[in-house]
Amino acid sequence: MTATDELLFQGADWDFRTLQRICDACEQVARDELKLDVYPNQIEVITAEQMLDAYSSVGMPLFYKHWSFGKHFAFQEASYRKGLMGLAYEIVINSSPCISYLMEENTATMQTLVIAHAAFGHNHFFKNNYLFKQWTDADGILDYLEFAKRYVAHCEERHGRLAVEHTLDAAHALMSHGIDRYPGKKSLDLRAEEKRAGRRRAHEESAFNDLWRTVPTGPAKSNAILDVERRRQMLGLPQENLLYFLEKTAPRLKPWQREILRIVRNIAQYFYPQSQTKVMNEGTATYVHYRIMSRLHEQGRLTDGNFLEFLQSHTNVVFQPEFDDPRFSGFNPYALGFAMMQDIERIVTNPEAEDREWFPDIAGTGDPMAVLRDIWANYRDESFISQYMSPRLMRHFRLFHLHDDPEERAGILVDAIHNERGYRRLRRELARQYDVGFIDPNIEVVDVDLAGDRRLMLRHTVVKGAQLSEADTKRVLQHLADLWSYDVSLVEADASGTTLKEYVAHPRNIAVAA
Amino acid sequence: MAIHIVDRRLNPGSKSLENRQRFLRRAKALVQGAVKKSSQDRDIKDVLEGGEVSVPIDGMDEPRFRREGGTRDMVLPGNKKFVEGDILPRPNQGGGRGRGAGEGDSEDTFRFVLSRDEFVDLFLDDLELPDLAKRKLAEVETEGIRRAGYSTSGSPANISVSRTVSRALARRVALRRPRPEELAALEAELSDCSEARRVELLAEIEALKSKIKRIPFIDPIDIRYRRFETVPKPVAQAVMFCLMDVSGSMTEHMKDLAKRFYMLLYVFLKRRYRHVEIVFIRHTDRAEEVDEQTFFYGPASGGTLVSSALQAMHDIVRTRFRPADWNIYAAQASDGDNSYADGEVAGRLLTDKILPVSQFFAYLEVGQENGLSYEMPNSALWTLYEGLRASGAPLSMRKVNERSEIFPVFHDLFQRRGPQERTAT
Repeated sequence: MTATDELLFQGADWDFRTLQRICDACEQVARDELKLDVYPNQIEVITAEQMLDAYSSVGMPLFYKHWSFGKHFAFQEASYRKGLMGLAYEIVINSSPCISYLMEENTATMQTLVIAHAAFGHNHFFKNNYLFKQWTDADGILDYLEFAKRYVAHCEERHGRLAVEHTLDAAHALMSHGIDRYPGKKSLDLRAEEKRAGRRRAHEESAFNDLWRTVPTGPAKSNAILDVERRRQMLGLPQENLLYFLEKTAPRLKPWQREILRIVRNIAQYFYPQSQTKVMNEGTATYVHYRIMSRLHEQGRLTDGNFLEFLQSHTNVVFQPEFDDPRFSGFNPYALGFAMMQDIERIVTNPEAEDREWFPDIAGTGDPMAVLRDIWANYRDESFISQYMSPRLMRHFRLFHLHDDPEERAGILVDAIHNERGYRRLRRELARQYDVGFIDPNIEVVDVDLAGDRRLMLRHTVVKGAQLSEADTKRVLQHLADLWSYDVSLVEADASGTTLKEYVAHPRNIAVAA
Repeated sequence: MAIHIVDRRLNPGSKSLENRQRFLRRAKALVQGAVKKSSQDRDIKDVLEGGEVSVPIDGMDEPRFRREGGTRDMVLPGNKKFVEGDILPRPNQGGGRGRGAGEGDSEDTFRFVLSRDEFVDLFLDDLELPDLAKRKLAEVETEGIRRAGYSTSGSPANISVSRTVSRALARRVALRRPRPEELAALEAELSDCSEARRVELLAEIEALKSKIKRIPFIDPIDIRYRRFETVPKPVAQAVMFCLMDVSGSMTEHMKDLAKRFYMLLYVFLKRRYRHVEIVFIRHTDRAEEVDEQTFFYGPASGGTLVSSALQAMHDIVRTRFRPADWNIYAAQASDGDNSYADGEVAGRLLTDKILPVSQFFAYLEVGQENGLSYEMPNSALWTLYEGLRASGAPLSMRKVNERSEIFPVFHDLFQRRGPQERTAT
């Protein structure tokens, strides 16, 4: 390794040797000073067009084909060409090795920033956060996507593009309800999944005997035996993972359709931790890149000019407009996450009396990285905010809480502000905004009318009076009915059990159900 | 820990091309409508440039379970003057205030850019060559030859040496023809050996030699000839004749209409033939072949004799475009004036000389802007052609007054028809 006071690069140009030097320098800081624990890194340089490609397939390097990705691509391309939207400087994939895509038009400073941010910040978070450990399989994801792509293409060949498209449309509509929210008995192993699918197909083919079809079956069990409780137990009801339920119990789906539902479900599950850790994930990456860049500058490996260029883009990234600013569109996860990480560093190294009262466990312990690494490993957005948002930060952001009850004629109530009385309420409300349990509507399968017309019954438990939007709901239910192939009903009920609204969908006679 | 740095810039881009095609296929009806709409207010040249279209997002959206309404709680940054317990008036529509998570943007149209090819494809998608042209295409006279495997008979020039030799080799191996080396080895042994052995060897050599004689190196049954088949070769080139009246009565507006029609025809033919030539013939009372610039913008004056243009076209076809080698298309634009005496000559030229060799002949009568062509009496030329058509001549004719009518008229002429209507136009 070169002497540490040597400049990594000068000006804006870079080549692959420069990138290698940058990576080595970042790695040194990340490993020795921040003590990060990362997956092996793979850095790929791509063009703007390839970046757009990656955008439209949810950032993954390979994905099965579907028209909706084409739609997103067309939309993003149009807004990119019109200059409405800049492209991200990077995309990073939670896999092992951890793949980071860098855009070729980034300057050398930006490449350094991006490498520090993605290849070390995000990478450490992916490898250590409990949600990612629990729900994703970094080693297997790329193989699984490859399998999914091949499997879908294979189905298209065998069963026709249209039939596969209908199934995928329906599965995508239910994607946000294809997630297990609570850890199950076994962890997901995507490689084994793929093998299992192959074995199952092979077994079905080898064991096929047409004679079985002609064997008379015994008399049907009397319905009376199957009382409601037992039926619900057998079907695993209530079930909030709609895709799982359909995959396992939809009466007329073909095996390949079940497999496609399973693929969509597994992919949704893979992305589940990301939606719960936006603030923490971006906060971690931003904090790490800030530390690494500052250190490189201190070591004399970045010029003052390059460091100022970095500071400018860093400032843009962590900019938080205020609520009455036209640019305001909710909290910026980079800003919130970075501010909280910095605030924790301050509490650990240089606490005030208030901090000692609020955070007795960490205030003044002196090793910010140890505390942060522990937080990165064991929290998600909701728990992170509800435990580590400090009063000082609430004052800094000048937070306030609005309670908007449409029944209240007079207007919107300011329920809490950044003062002694409000801190805890503010923190609780803000944390709730990041709680997935509140973000997605709570919809469950409650029963199936096995004795009658096989109607599938769903219930949406209405929270705080927010009902489902009617047009969308009808369409989603239509997809659901097509998969179930019998009627589907959805009841919206509030906590007291009062029915607010009821939908019924009938299956269309299309290829899906055929 | 080693870091891999990979340069992916040279990897094939447009990985999502297939997804895009799927999207276009799915949105076809919508996109097609948008393409037609956007092509109406463009110059025809620009039509071919592709560009941005916007389609309604209905039917293209991906529905999800979404919630709306209810009581909302939000925590916002940037408090300046509020204190606990304040009641704020509701902003109109509530837009712009921190929306709940998970709400998408609700744009009702969706704009995106089509490439030139995609645009033209969609633009011309439901059009086809007229029936007449197809019939002609099917009975083309030129034939090509193409390789079609091997045969056991043929002319010596077509012997396939490699195939013959490999078959001979296989046969020799199968029948165990002695190799020359074996013979040579025995003969070498013969030179110094005992007497008894000598007799043995001689017999062996004799046996080998006769076996070699019985199994020839190349047998007639080994020989294979390259086989060729003749296949009909479709004529892949077309010539397009643009005939236009440029006499004083033709205004700029009329010429513009004609030009647009020619452009469309050109694009359309270009997609179906590998090679398309254009011949511009303008006429007053005499006709001349000119270049494009002169054709549309060159000044000219004089009377009107349509037959002169038809005669010129006929001459050019005879000298330069043999109907067997070329698909001939003609489009004539005129304001309909013609001298009365010319009618019979023109009619005869058309039915006897031009129509038999043409795939398609369209007559476009261009009128004044805002002109009400349907209320005016039919022009001399229209009456003439109408008469020819009634007696069975394969002519297509339309009247056009406005720019916006060009595409519908073109569309109408070339649209895909059910089998029973085919003879109607």
